[in-house]
Amino acid sequence: MKHVGRKIMTGLLAAMFVSGWFLTPVGAQPLPPGSQSPRQRIAAAHFPNVTLTTQDGRKVKFYDDLIKDKIVVINFMYAECTGVCPGITANLARVQKLLGDRVGRDIFFYSITLKPELDSPQKLKAYAAMHGAGPGWLFLTGAPSDIELLRRSLGFTNPDPKEDADKSNHIGNLRYGNEALMQWAACPGLVRPGYIAESIGWVDWPKENKGGKGGNK
Amino acid sequence: MPSISKRNRKKEKEIEDAAKNRREIIAAQLSRRDMLKLGLLSSAGFLVPIRGLSARARNSAGALYDGNPSSPPTTPFTQPFTRFVVKQPVPSLNPAPTIAPNTAAGEGRTIAHQAFTQFPPVKFYEVTQQPANVSVHPQLPIQPLWGFDGMVPGPLYVAHYGEPILVRNHNNLPTNNGGFGKNSVTTHLHNGHTPSESDGFPCYFFENGQFYDHHYPNVYAGVLSTHQAQGGDINEAMSTLWYHDHRVDFTSQNVYKGLAGMYILFNDHDTGNETTGFHLPSFGDGVGDDSNFDVPMLFSDLLFDSQTGLAAFDTFNFDGVLGDRFLVNGKIQPVMHVHPRRYRFRWLDAGPSRFYQMFLTDLTNLNAHNMFWQISTDGNLLPRPYQVESVRLGVAERADVIIDFSQYAGKTLYIENRLEQTDGRGPSGNVLNAGQGNRILKIIVDLPTVADNSVNPATLPAFYTLPNKTATPRIIRNFKFERGNGQWQINGKFMDCNEVRVQVQQNSIEQWNIFNNSGGWQHPVHIHFEEFQFLSINGAPPPTSPLVLNGRKDVIRLEHNMQTNCFFRFRDFSGKYPMHCHNVVHEDHAMMLVWEIGPTGDNNTNP
Repeated sequence: MKHVGRKIMTGLLAAMFVSGWFLTPVGAQPLPPGSQSPRQRIAAAHFPNVTLTTQDGRKVKFYDDLIKDKIVVINFMYAECTGVCPGITANLARVQKLLGDRVGRDIFFYSITLKPELDSPQKLKAYAAMHGAGPGWLFLTGAPSDIELLRRSLGFTNPDPKEDADKSNHIGNLRYGNEALMQWAACPGLVRPGYIAESIGWVDWPKENKGGKGGNK
Repeated sequence: MPSISKRNRKKEKEIEDAAKNRREIIAAQLSRRDMLKLGLLSSAGFLVPIRGLSARARNSAGALYDGNPSSPPTTPFTQPFTRFVVKQPVPSLNPAPTIAPNTAAGEGRTIAHQAFTQFPPVKFYEVTQQPANVSVHPQLPIQPLWGFDGMVPGPLYVAHYGEPILVRNHNNLPTNNGGFGKNSVTTHLHNGHTPSESDGFPCYFFENGQFYDHHYPNVYAGVLSTHQAQGGDINEAMSTLWYHDHRVDFTSQNVYKGLAGMYILFNDHDTGNETTGFHLPSFGDGVGDDSNFDVPMLFSDLLFDSQTGLAAFDTFNFDGVLGDRFLVNGKIQPVMHVHPRRYRFRWLDAGPSRFYQMFLTDLTNLNAHNMFWQISTDGNLLPRPYQVESVRLGVAERADVIIDFSQYAGKTLYIENRLEQTDGRGPSGNVLNAGQGNRILKIIVDLPTVADNSVNPATLPAFYTLPNKTATPRIIRNFKFERGNGQWQINGKFMDCNEVRVQVQQNSIEQWNIFNNSGGWQHPVHIHFEEFQFLSINGAPPPTSPLVLNGRKDVIRLEHNMQTNCFFRFRDFSGKYPMHCHNVVHEDHAMMLVWEIGPTGDNNTNP
């Protein structure tokens, strides 16, 4: 996905980080031959490069097109969910407004359906419109086995198999992170939108990060 | 049910086969071209997630099993135990510390020191958080960790009541994190009676290139309130503390990466000199085996990647992270030599998630009950020693113990963890038989006989009196630690840096009833700033046997469905503090709330 209008500085900084120039820990020995870099290991463990379909019917590769080099916020939902999904989706819509035009530029929201058999791209598009989702926020579906692999890889599981199988009680966290910086965290989807926006700011590119912004008034 | 276990065994075998296939591919050193031709690599260059190679599955215990389930082999008991380096003060700091934050010079603090004039620092320290390339075992590569002063664990602070100190804390951590960790930090001294702005509040973090001055008054609670004339309540004296990163949402990664150390406090009773005061084994200068019989020990469990041998941390785990290698003071399963006399060990479970139950094991006599003496709970001396066979520790709990090695002269013993735990949610509850647990530290009693002027705990010497807990609280509050939609909650709500859930009136008493409502998880719950006493645990008074819980504590080991009623005084200082689960993985996923001490208190009984 090409993005025009990205600020030059952000692009340069991002390019420096992704080139790996900053990514070798100071003083560490080289890794054994044939082994993956830390960034590759994280991708191999958590971002299977499966093909998904967006609400606009476009096919995308999960790691290559959606995650690599980006700041992302990921959650799982389904259109008919009457539990936490409406609240979380509404929250994310407010977060999107707070983050302005950065969403779609270098910050991306991904809502992945837990019921790919029921949630067609058209249905997801209607769901997105209903909640006022703007550009840069993708609603994604795919083959059920790929969706399940994604769900496990991203850690949205319950260690109790019975609870894990109950989709109505699914994990309501937002996984957020900066892929190139390998900074990954999570916050509940139902906290205050302003706090979610603040949290996403914590994994922003360093030049835009100022210290101690949270709560110290 | 037979069919379920058959299915699980099949799944386990699938996972094991996948791991085996991946290891074989790596071992065969196939070229990228070969792998592409074989259909094993996607065009992006990653292993195709087909059956037989799938990454990130869970085994039937729920533990992460990503094809590399265990650390490379490390021969135990082949390296010496190391004592902490004692942190030395500096003659002065430049620029000199100021009450107001020195923003122009790059200080990340934003709130003035509230007690600087009343307790002016007499000692100054400068510490730097920076990359620490350390060896944890000779068979593993140098680990690219992060540490205070480049050490893991960090240096030991030796402080004294009545000697306020100031610590200038520099953040020189790099953005490149090798896979986990964030170079935005806030350092908490657990459980100092410290003004909020110096306490390491999770949301008061500072960035690379900045510093943060911490003012530690080293005073007894009550110093500005209930016990002004006495300079504070001597019975609130604390002895064994620790410090660690506490950055909101990234605590578990940063602590696992090495940002932790210990801090001990002496006074006229716990003097560090066994010929004075309570006559506890001497600390000496803290260096070497002679004349140093007071030994802080920090326990941590890590997982090392089977391919690279580097410490690995799963930032995508919500339940709790268990390592399979056991470290004491930053070394995997070391060996310690002792004199045949009494020692004071200060034990700390530094996590990230594991619970321990420590026994003394003699492999030549597995049926023996090797008793020793517990003298503190969470680092606070008990009214007198209690003879125990074991000590249970959740994350952040401390216990000071006295072990008399004179009866074991010439023998070898082990500190052994016998509490069974197979996933991050909590221990199974089984206490394993002697020799079946994790042997963490080998102790060989082969140093020469030396004088022992320390008190014999069997004479039941008196230490501090427990402060009274019969006074009427201003308010009783209920806190349910819960799980909702896979997220950790307190009273159904989540952590928010900017939301103060409880307003406590300065210099008042409160009763906090803390419940575990979270199903299969166990939580070591920690409240900053003040020690508490249990009024009741599951309706009964706190026990003194087999586990000692009747002392002053700052961590509640909330086991399944446990209900605890806790007595607190909140005195002397004001500002924001957190309460949170100290399974640092839970802490990062919102099991925390902010409470604040101010001039008035609210009346919310279910905050």
